[in-house]
Amino acid sequence: MSESPVVPKQNDAATRPGLIRVALQSPSFMIGIVLTLCFTLAALVSFVWTPFDVTQLVISDKLKTPSGLHWFGTDNFGRDIFSMVMVGARTSIAVALIAVSIGICAGVPLGLLAAARHGSLLDEVIMRTNDLVFAFPALLMAIMITAVFGPGAINAIIAIGIFNIPVFARLARGAALSLWTRDYVLAARVSGKGPARISAEHILPNITNLLIVQGTIQFSLGILAEAGLAYVGLGTQPPLPSWGRMLSDAQTMIYIAPHMAIFPGLAIVFTVLGLNLMGDGMRDIFDPKLRRAR
Amino acid sequence: MLPFLIKRLVSLCLSLVAASLVIFFVIEVVPGDPASFMLGMNAEPDTVAALRDSLGLNASIPLRYWQWVSGLLQGEFGTSYTYKVPVRELIADRIWVSLPLAALALLLSTLIAFPVGVIAAARRNSPADVSIMGVTQLGIAVPNFWFAMLLVMFFAITLRWFSAGGFPGWDAGLFAGLKALTLPAVALALPQASILARVMRSSLLDTLGEDFVRTARAKGLSQRQALWRHALRNALIPVLTIIGLQFSFLLAGAIIIENVFFLPGLGRLVFQGITQRDLIVVKSVIFLLVFAVILVTFIVDMTYAIVDPRLRRARA
Repeated sequence: MSESPVVPKQNDAATRPGLIRVALQSPSFMIGIVLTLCFTLAALVSFVWTPFDVTQLVISDKLKTPSGLHWFGTDNFGRDIFSMVMVGARTSIAVALIAVSIGICAGVPLGLLAAARHGSLLDEVIMRTNDLVFAFPALLMAIMITAVFGPGAINAIIAIGIFNIPVFARLARGAALSLWTRDYVLAARVSGKGPARISAEHILPNITNLLIVQGTIQFSLGILAEAGLAYVGLGTQPPLPSWGRMLSDAQTMIYIAPHMAIFPGLAIVFTVLGLNLMGDGMRDIFDPKLRRAR
Repeated sequence: MLPFLIKRLVSLCLSLVAASLVIFFVIEVVPGDPASFMLGMNAEPDTVAALRDSLGLNASIPLRYWQWVSGLLQGEFGTSYTYKVPVRELIADRIWVSLPLAALALLLSTLIAFPVGVIAAARRNSPADVSIMGVTQLGIAVPNFWFAMLLVMFFAITLRWFSAGGFPGWDAGLFAGLKALTLPAVALALPQASILARVMRSSLLDTLGEDFVRTARAKGLSQRQALWRHALRNALIPVLTIIGLQFSFLLAGAIIIENVFFLPGLGRLVFQGITQRDLIVVKSVIFLLVFAVILVTFIVDMTYAIVDPRLRRARA
């Protein structure tokens, strides 16, 4: 695999006063951030309030189509689907967020280390290990972990998290390699700073923009992966609602209650869409060269 | 070319050895005693001892690993604990569902993405481009299993053009088999086609800005001729990378989609393996899928070298 050397712009872009104006002018960023905030808000509000109790089964109200009382209808146990979608947002966001954090916390230091020791045996070992992990798609990793430890949200987090490590390691290494040839890094070396300090003080701040953009994309992939795992029964377990599990319940009811399948699916689509638009928008905003080209 | 080929072959073998070690470690070493794991907590000690014996678990760990790998080299995966038949036979039945499904999806995705990506790049910023980019952005966000359910609702339940699931087997004829795989393949292909179309567009836009395209225009070629004769071939490298990466997503995605459509493929087999704690089945299917991913990566690397001779020299 060849790493495309990505040359990040100086991160003074983040402090330039015009940045907020540019952000406001980017429609994809604005749509993305609004969608993302909506779902984050739904997740946070679900901690203190949901229209109905998601653990309460009201069999007499089962399979109601959407109405003024139950906005998204009810499921086969009479639970309010709108409330379940709200709580599901919590699960999805938590799983994806922790998984991305695992990827960043393990991947970025490995990538920086590989770049600092470029061409050494250590670099080779780190990158080949990355390639190896890359050969295990998140789902296969989850299947292996679940086969041995049993299904659950924690194992889903671990599987998606491990899958994220090589993504960030490659990104960090590629970007760091191009920075190591810069004059200001040379100046830092001349002044006696070691590779660790240079990585932390000069390289890391300059690749933060890239990491944020990639983090957003991986976040959206994490939401999709969590939904997929929960759908096949390897992720979040009952009674905690999750969008993927709601869809697998809906599948058995698909002939009589199609509304059960519509809303959790739309929730996934809009969350992922929001994160992707936000990521794309941020990439344009952070990179003035791209901005001019549009 | 030869040194490059040898170097890549060595690295292919190393990857396979490493992958098999990881799988062996997670499935056989981590659970402690696979025999008592497979039989559950209430198993009689005699039964556990008998299973340990028949699985060859009394041997040392390195020996067990060697036995497993040397079996794999001869095409023997071991005997399924629940089905009591060689895993090879179980896989041989099911691979003829999973493989055609993934291949059909890859074909569909490529057939959709190429023209769409080229149109978007050739008419950049036109209404066609803007709508293509919007639709593909949505396509990436749609989970394939949910899209599959929507397809079932519309094409199977409302229109009754397709059955909602199941597979009649290839014995029922090529048409019946392909018909059963159509909706699953479409569901698998949509998100991949969206990604591929976007990569195709941006890669083509990059090459269209290159000097050699300007030269081609300057010597009198139309934009269209320059695109087809010069830009397209050069834009293919990133596209090939993504197609290679997509194969692994398609295989993994196929595992989930098989569950939506109740297709008797490797995905169903591995999930049955998990519920029945049949570690031998799980281990074998996972190795097979990882093997496929590594092999495809190798093939993609080889294809680069054919498409772009510069890479051969640079890497050899």
